[in-house]
Amino acid sequence: MPDAAAGTAPAGAARLPSLWARGAHALWRPAAPVVYGLVAGGVLLLILGKDPLAFYWTTLESGLLSWTGLMQTIIRLAPLLLMSAGFIVAFQAGLWNIGGDGQFLLAAAVVGGLGAPLMGLVPFWLALILLCVVGSAVGAAWTVVPSVLKAYSGMNEIITTLMMAYIGINLANLLIKGPFLTGRVGLPQTSVIPFRFLLPYLPGTRIHVGIVIALVALALVHYMQTRTGYGLRLRILGLNPRAAAHAGIPVKRDIVTAFALSGGLIGLAAAVEILGVWGYVRADWNPAFGMTLFAIVFLAGLDVVVVIPLVAFFAVIQIGGHEAARQAGLPNDFLLVLVGLILFFMVLTEWTRERSRRGRFRGRPGAMSGEAAAGDG
Amino acid sequence: MGDSIWSAEFVAAVISGAILAGMPLLLAALGETISEQAGLLDIGLEGMMLLGAYAGFVVTYWTGAPWVGLLAAVAAGMAVSLLMVVFCVRMGRDQIVVGIAILLSMEGLTSLLHAAQFGESYPRLDAMPVLAIPGLSGIPVLGPSVFNQPLIVYVGIALVFVVSWLLARTGLGLAIRAAGWGPAALDRAGVDVVRIRTIASLTTGGLAGLGGGYMAIVTAGIFVPFMTGGLGFIAIVIAMLGRGRPVWVLVGSLLFGLALSVATALQLVGIDIPTDVVQMLPFVTVMVALALFARRSYLPAALGVPFVRGEH
Repeated sequence: MPDAAAGTAPAGAARLPSLWARGAHALWRPAAPVVYGLVAGGVLLLILGKDPLAFYWTTLESGLLSWTGLMQTIIRLAPLLLMSAGFIVAFQAGLWNIGGDGQFLLAAAVVGGLGAPLMGLVPFWLALILLCVVGSAVGAAWTVVPSVLKAYSGMNEIITTLMMAYIGINLANLLIKGPFLTGRVGLPQTSVIPFRFLLPYLPGTRIHVGIVIALVALALVHYMQTRTGYGLRLRILGLNPRAAAHAGIPVKRDIVTAFALSGGLIGLAAAVEILGVWGYVRADWNPAFGMTLFAIVFLAGLDVVVVIPLVAFFAVIQIGGHEAARQAGLPNDFLLVLVGLILFFMVLTEWTRERSRRGRFRGRPGAMSGEAAAGDG
Repeated sequence: MGDSIWSAEFVAAVISGAILAGMPLLLAALGETISEQAGLLDIGLEGMMLLGAYAGFVVTYWTGAPWVGLLAAVAAGMAVSLLMVVFCVRMGRDQIVVGIAILLSMEGLTSLLHAAQFGESYPRLDAMPVLAIPGLSGIPVLGPSVFNQPLIVYVGIALVFVVSWLLARTGLGLAIRAAGWGPAALDRAGVDVVRIRTIASLTTGGLAGLGGGYMAIVTAGIFVPFMTGGLGFIAIVIAMLGRGRPVWVLVGSLLFGLALSVATALQLVGIDIPTDVVQMLPFVTVMVALALFARRSYLPAALGVPFVRGEH
């Protein structure tokens, strides 16, 4: 009751409870569906005859609470956050870049293939920078055909990015088995960058600097979204392409640049993962982060502040859950069910919240049939 | 290329392989076509195929009757599409996100179920009996390849014309297309859009489940987790390129099936074209065709847009 409190206590103290409530509310909003999903997953574990509490405790312990686990989670976060940043940019402009995995793998293959030879030509720090640029460029280049077709012919980008993803994944394998192949026995792979030439660690840890790159990239994306004219143009484009065209926004150019930025960030994610963790790429390697991140970023409302904790939670599940599944004697694929359940509950809570505030503005990107180019032909 | 490679047996094997590999694509893409025409983008198609494959395999394994297995596959696919009905048709949630959730949870669920039941073993099913069509099966090349297939293959081909007729000539088909092109108009004409989209989605699930069941029962004879390997997404692409015309969906599916079987066949005769190249070729061809002949989008106007009464 602000009125009653104002008379007896200073204004700051009176506002404190409401601030607390707001803070708790802000935390609970993204956390609620996660909790529901974990409970549902726990029921499934019980049915499978496993102890859910032990499973979740092991997940937490080996993904977050132990020093090695925490480091692994943070290391995994770097590519995940960069890829999320890529999706945020595209979705903001109403572009459904569903081919992220293809952009990621092709960039990874090129970075892995050029890595070791380039290290022999230039100082390794310069090579690292160049390889990050190359990774981004490959990721961005892989969006050009879909974005140009979208901008100039209104071609649906879901089909084109999906097809480019298949071409990209196969091309990555071809490169690894062809020009980038090393003479080693076993699975085809690229030559290996020596560990001492990989991305440097943060002081006192074994966490490579990728996480810093990722956080800086997210901060820049957030700044672009909220503080720049370009970000505003992309948002208008996403909300109503026809209005954007009528307002004189260069719709075609913005579609192509937003797509390239999205692919570039995803390519950078691949470069950071290869240069920070692996040092090489094996044929048929596909971590397939794309689909899950696509859904998480969308459900987080493209809001960087919500994306970071949700993606961090996903990283804990990936790292800690792997160990927990191993100890429980379950296939690692149980984690897919868990993530799927959490996504369903996120969708469900989004629906209940929307119902409780019916009548407010419902921002939805328009139909998928590509009216972006309709208004400015 | 000498005649030693392009022998009648080789060509027959390639055509036969194309039909065998293209059939699951055809069934799933036919299903996706119906959903897309009704305004639903079903990204979870692969999840429906996977549960269909699993259910089809297990039921065939228990009963020894592949037809019962195929029916179970249809039922399993429909059960998965209920998620699509509840979240997307009724609640109007984002179709891509719900599709991804369906895909991930079904990938995980079928892998879990398989591990819980069979552990590390992969039991095999007997091959489905082949039905040789009298008279036609004697034709050289085409006889052994086209007219010497399990009955379900002929059913699949027949479904192309059934779906074609359904969409183009029936009242239900008109309602389905209206639900995709102008749901508000359909609503004003007194037809329940939610009901039409529900029917479309369940049909899609059934067909995708049948496609998955076909893979497990007819093509492979075993169930392996993740065995659909991206075919569901290829089926989505085929359906989108087919523009709601089942005959084009058939052509597309056979083309992709051909690409897959040529790779295998060439490897069998000792010509080593990397599978990556062959698998990539159909996509490259389609992308080049799209780039050259691109035109304004031809997908249903309301594709992917939830329908809420009174908002349009």
